[in-house]
Amino acid sequence: MSVNMETTAQDTRTVHLIIERQKDAESPAYTEEFEVPYRPGMNVIACLMEIQRNPVNKKGEPIAPVTWEMNCLEEICGACTMVINGKPRQACSTLVDKLEQPIRLRPMRTFPVVRDLVVDRSRMFDALKKVKAWVPIDGTYDLGPGPRMSASDQQIAYELSRCFTCGACVEACPNVNDKNSFIGPFAISQARLFNMHPTGAMNKEDRLEALMGEGGIHECGNAQNCVQVCPKGIPLTTSIAAMNRQVTYRAIGAWLRK
Amino acid sequence: MAVAQASRGNREFLWRRLHTLSGVIPVGLFLLEHLFTNATALDGAASYNNAVEAIQSLPLLHFIEFFFIFLPITYHGVFGLYVAFVSGYNAGQYSWARNVLFTVQRITGVITFVFIIFHLWTTRFSGNAPTFDMVHNLVSNPAYFWFMVVGVVAATFHFANGLWSFCIHWGITVGARAQKITAWVTMIVFVVLAGMGVASLIAFTHSA
Repeated sequence: MSVNMETTAQDTRTVHLIIERQKDAESPAYTEEFEVPYRPGMNVIACLMEIQRNPVNKKGEPIAPVTWEMNCLEEICGACTMVINGKPRQACSTLVDKLEQPIRLRPMRTFPVVRDLVVDRSRMFDALKKVKAWVPIDGTYDLGPGPRMSASDQQIAYELSRCFTCGACVEACPNVNDKNSFIGPFAISQARLFNMHPTGAMNKEDRLEALMGEGGIHECGNAQNCVQVCPKGIPLTTSIAAMNRQVTYRAIGAWLRK
Repeated sequence: MAVAQASRGNREFLWRRLHTLSGVIPVGLFLLEHLFTNATALDGAASYNNAVEAIQSLPLLHFIEFFFIFLPITYHGVFGLYVAFVSGYNAGQYSWARNVLFTVQRITGVITFVFIIFHLWTTRFSGNAPTFDMVHNLVSNPAYFWFMVVGVVAATFHFANGLWSFCIHWGITVGARAQKITAWVTMIVFVVLAGMGVASLIAFTHSA
């Protein structure tokens, strides 16, 4: 009996959300408030699903449901990254119980907004292409096994490989802005990952050249927000400094070799 | 090859690296020399006047002044204004210490830029001989004295915090621990240099 009463009491609890919305890329942004029923252990995505199920705002007016992206629901794909209470995080791994209410959601405005909380993160993938963040193994014949990697290097590489291009570091970086073409912290860290790979190192020079090119590593101003917001705890500032060392050697070394 | 490529396609890398380098060598070194010379005022007017005399007797003084002080400081200052302009500022949203210092670094840079222009105008290009009395007359005005205090604190902070950043830009301090230790060391450098500068200013307020 008492258990039932407790459940009923819980059911009356609600979650208050303030969401920054936008109809499409060109439309002006506006905020809308929502109140959704609380369920124990719910995450931010559960709140958005609740709005989708019953698309009315706090005032009870019917509205178009809030749009967002999601995929893995276990903080591994990066699709649901948005600014939650002022910090870029994944909506799937952010639990309502651990947030202060009202919960404020807005899209990562460092990227072009497509609609509501959906952003276009293409610039991140362009940056990865720019620094050749891969190991080229395609060819017309079997190249055989590559050189082996030491266990200690594997440890570092594993940490760096956990980047899932979510965009949190790009959103928090003050030097990624309209006046600047900085590619972002994640791309520098990925260049480090593939430069330390024994086979990837064969394209080391290409990556360093990209990092010294437009929007490269020199645009970093060491505000170090990236390392604070990275959901995977990747040592991004160490990666940046390590790559600074590599480009310094390349710049001075190449100059003296001529 | 790398430098050639960087300079052909995109010179930004070169300009940025020159900017961080010029801030330490020679501008930073000159700041240290300047603060130490001023600190001789703590031993009295005669001691300061002797130190100034020694500098005045250096051979090729105008050449040194132009190529090792004027040119690098102008480059560092003007390019620095550009850097401050293209930087974003979000210390309000992300108030972590390093991000706040990132903002302060740019603010103190702009303050120092304005300060140096006024400072040069009232001393080096004032037409007065560089003596203890000249400085004494200037800092006797409380407004000028406090303007100097603000300038000295801004310049020494910008130098010390810039050293921390320099160590990362050139790949000297790589790990988080190394960067944390350098942060403490450079803040001690700031406190010592700012204290030295302000103490010298106070010494100049006492008549010879």
